[in-house]
Amino acid sequence: MLKIIKNRIEQGCKTSKYPKEPISLYKRYRGMPEINKNCDQALIKQCAEACPQDAIDAKAIKIDLGRCTFCGQCEMQSDGKFVSFSQNFEMGTASREDLITDGSLPELARHAKKHFKKLFGRSLQLRQVSAAGCNACEADTNVLNTPFFDLSRFGIDFVASPRHADGIHVTGPVSRNMRTALLTTYAAIPAPKVVIASGSCSISGGPFYGSDEITGDLNSIIPVDLYIPGCPPHPLTTLHALLNFFK
Amino acid sequence: MGNNLLQIKNGEKVNRADIPQLSFADFSKALIDIADNDGYVVQFFAYKDGETNKLLAVVRQGAKLYVVGSEVDQTFASLTASNEKFHMFEREIAEQYGLKPENHPWLKMARYHANYQGNPDVFGNNYEEDTPGNYPYFRVEGEDIHEVAVGPVHAGIIEPGHFRFQCIGEIVLHLEIQLGYQHRGVEKMLPTVPKKRLPIICESIAGDTAIGHNLSSCQAIESLAELKVDDGAHIVRSIALELERIANHVGDLGALSGDVAFNPPAAYFGRMRGEFLNLLQVLCGNRFGKGLVRPGGVTYVMGSEQRQLILDKLSEVRPELEHVCDLLFSAHTVMARFENTGTVPKERAQELGLVGYAGRASGIGYDARVTFPTESYGDLPANQNNMTKGDVCSRGTVRREEIMHSLDLIETLVKRQAETKRVFMKEYELAPSSFVVTINEGWRGEVSHCILTDDKGQIERYKVKDPSFHNWTGLAMSLRNEEISDFPLCNKSFNLSYCGFDL
Ligand code: SF4
Repeated sequence: MLKIIKNRIEQGCKTSKYPKEPISLYKRYRGMPEINKNCDQALIKQCAEACPQDAIDAKAIKIDLGRCTFCGQCEMQSDGKFVSFSQNFEMGTASREDLITDGSLPELARHAKKHFKKLFGRSLQLRQVSAAGCNACEADTNVLNTPFFDLSRFGIDFVASPRHADGIHVTGPVSRNMRTALLTTYAAIPAPKVVIASGSCSISGGPFYGSDEITGDLNSIIPVDLYIPGCPPHPLTTLHALLNFFK
Repeated sequence: MGNNLLQIKNGEKVNRADIPQLSFADFSKALIDIADNDGYVVQFFAYKDGETNKLLAVVRQGAKLYVVGSEVDQTFASLTASNEKFHMFEREIAEQYGLKPENHPWLKMARYHANYQGNPDVFGNNYEEDTPGNYPYFRVEGEDIHEVAVGPVHAGIIEPGHFRFQCIGEIVLHLEIQLGYQHRGVEKMLPTVPKKRLPIICESIAGDTAIGHNLSSCQAIESLAELKVDDGAHIVRSIALELERIANHVGDLGALSGDVAFNPPAAYFGRMRGEFLNLLQVLCGNRFGKGLVRPGGVTYVMGSEQRQLILDKLSEVRPELEHVCDLLFSAHTVMARFENTGTVPKERAQELGLVGYAGRASGIGYDARVTFPTESYGDLPANQNNMTKGDVCSRGTVRREEIMHSLDLIETLVKRQAETKRVFMKEYELAPSSFVVTINEGWRGEVSHCILTDDKGQIERYKVKDPSFHNWTGLAMSLRNEEISDFPLCNKSFNLSYCGFDL
């Protein structure tokens, strides 16, 4: 007993004050890219060719955050002259098109599906389905339940049964072998329900795009309401997206 | 020993022509001989060489590593029938290439996908239905027997897999584990994609082993492309591998405490795990170390600022970790659940060829960092684990010891000064008609990648092995005659990768 109390004192209170107070991530963290539109075309082309995810549209000078794994190659290649990554982790969007960005995103809180705020703003229960994710997205979603993020204080919980859920949070590129299980889980959730695509895999196939063993686009099999980009999304990216979409 | 295998080194470039090609009978005999004499299978897979089907095996015995090959017919005599260490490998060969090991004692699919060659399916599947569990499970008959089916979608935020328990009352007689739900076609993709995609894919084979897998891949490429890696990069890579190890071990100790409903350590470990992920983010901007390792080195230099941040954090967290470990492992109620639960005795572990902490907890001392050192491991001290009863308690205790050992390693490494240059994707050519195998001690155990190139230097076959490939059978065995309520505990003490197995 004494040990428990001692440890309790040593551990202290570690819960973050976000979103009441801003939180800053270490400078090497790659969040929202800043894109220099006046960059030399040749350099942009070079970056587009080197991008492992083919996420850069050199003509439109845009990056598809739904494909990007935030590997940093384009920043290094251009020495920051074309792309440099900011530490802004607020990157969730309500539409797929918005993820194809010139460096700015619409404010998520102002999305059009207002009924979700009314329905789930005070209590949101989600069923997580890992559909061939590498377990990085899953792990960094799970982390939201640790004392630092403490998701439950916002009235958001991950639940075991789809019958208890208001929506589904999907990670992974949806392998052929998980497709049916995913659809069954989705069907078991009572309507109205919300669908969240988390991580580049569920949005675009991520690192596995082009494989014939995956679906590679969650939206093509169930309609997605909220997109959270990243490989994996930082826990704060997920937290920001959930709070702004539903609150 | 007078065998006709070729002895090689970890990460050594080998001419394909130098790999001995034995008759199948000699091949089989040589491999079984090694496996019977305290040897283990590192890689065993099929590939297509022109029109012929071939098998290739990499085996280890003590500190020696061998490679050998053979031509094979559409059917061949199963090695598993003589030695269990080949069990999963032969199922994989049957599934990937449609080659049938005759008299395999338990020939069932590994991941459930059509074979690469359009051969008739060994398992009689047509894959119209997209559910891997499409197969008559092993059943225990009897009036008092009941069956429990769990998954693929589980109760928590966790990867999918199907577990089928045959129980009498609360006691589990048999557990059958069916995976494959995470199958993304990794091995089929790797030879077909542009080189720039290799590290990105390898970092996502298993996200919790992003460093372990991508490191194994980059080392294989460096060997075949003769890329030099500077000392500073070796240090950063080793630190990253150790941070990955600590983060996962700490997280699992938290999950183990959660599974026995001892909540304080569960919360503390969960939070402290994040501290180590954040250190990876300090190193390279990603909490899983994605984007750090690239062929030829690392993308970020560890400067004095990062060194200081790492050292400061370690000295802050170390005492907390020690105290919370003590809290967990000195609680009688916890020990009552951990001790003598899910035991895999040494003989069983050897027969199955368990690796990593699961092997070490059963008394198999193998640690690839010591036996086949890469990066900076050659002159670092090894960890010696003492509790080897093979139960949950031993697997937990090994983790506890390895956390402390890894903290020491990182402190040693951070203080070493060496030149590093940032590398990003370099152009490189792979040596033609060559072969390489790499081995690293990922946090779960032996991670291994193999590349075979064709006469133009293109990747012809890429083979990946996650330690989970060996250890899932160990988990199934640990449940025999245990109470079904102890399954979560056994499962967490192994904490195997679904996607690492499924590829
Ligand atoms: S950071 Fe994104 S856009 Fe840039 S190279 Fe990597 S995947 Fe492409």
